[in-house]
Amino acid sequence: MAETLPTQTFTVTRTDLIRYCGASGDFNTIHWSERIANSVGLPGVIAHGMYTMALAGRAVSVWAGAPDAVVEFGVRFSRPVPVPDTDEGTEVVVTGVVKEVTDDGLTKLELTATCNGQKVLSLARATIRKR
Amino acid sequence: MPLDQSFVGRSWPPTAPYLVGREKIREFATAIGATDAEYHDPEAARAIGYADVVAPPTFPVVITMTASRQIVADPELGLDYSRVVHGDQRFAYARPVVAGDSLICVNTVEEISSRGGHDFLTTRTDVTTEAGEAVVSVWSKLVQRGEE
Repeated sequence: MAETLPTQTFTVTRTDLIRYCGASGDFNTIHWSERIANSVGLPGVIAHGMYTMALAGRAVSVWAGAPDAVVEFGVRFSRPVPVPDTDEGTEVVVTGVVKEVTDDGLTKLELTATCNGQKVLSLARATIRKR
Repeated sequence: MPLDQSFVGRSWPPTAPYLVGREKIREFATAIGATDAEYHDPEAARAIGYADVVAPPTFPVVITMTASRQIVADPELGLDYSRVVHGDQRFAYARPVVAGDSLICVNTVEEISSRGGHDFLTTRTDVTTEAGEAVVSVWSKLVQRGEE
């Protein structure tokens, strides 16, 4: 029953964050300025929580096999994702487990997202409707 | 100063319509690295029953983040945005956002609480079409860290 879904790994670079700033309209300085990020006590520039959630959403869509399968999706941002100013950036690793398949055809997933081996999302859950 | 508890249950008037552009969806999908054809190609989206390209699951935040300024910028609520971090985020979808949708947001404060010197604000934004069709409900929990 507890089917484990294939692990998905996403690379995150500073370029990705700048692009996400523009696409989302969230230009909070901690996502692009090392100076400001340090001044508020962060180890450096961090990814938008919503960017990390978007990556988890990509994993869910891949597992569902459809871009419109998600009926519910929620996360808690438990730890920031620091993104160093390097060509390699960092990696967010998303894993998932099927927790339940309901009688009305919904599949409930529990997700785990880690960066440098530490959980960056908790209470991460998605409900999908398979075609 | 703690947040004003009397805000719990309060709703704001609907926001002005946000017209969802095909290029905005493509731009957002590209920014998160989502290459599914249905996010980029109207023909692929039509093949699965939509009028135009569909948006990835977290796209609604583009609209609701702007809409929620109604709440967070209300001086009477007393939120100090410089101390705010994003705690939780949740979406419940009636259907995906589709290019061409003209969407309206209604913001409500669901919960305000304090714990360990921090304040927690949970907001719900109901996103509908101008015609009143439900699209997605979006919950955000913001954490206002205690003052040093």
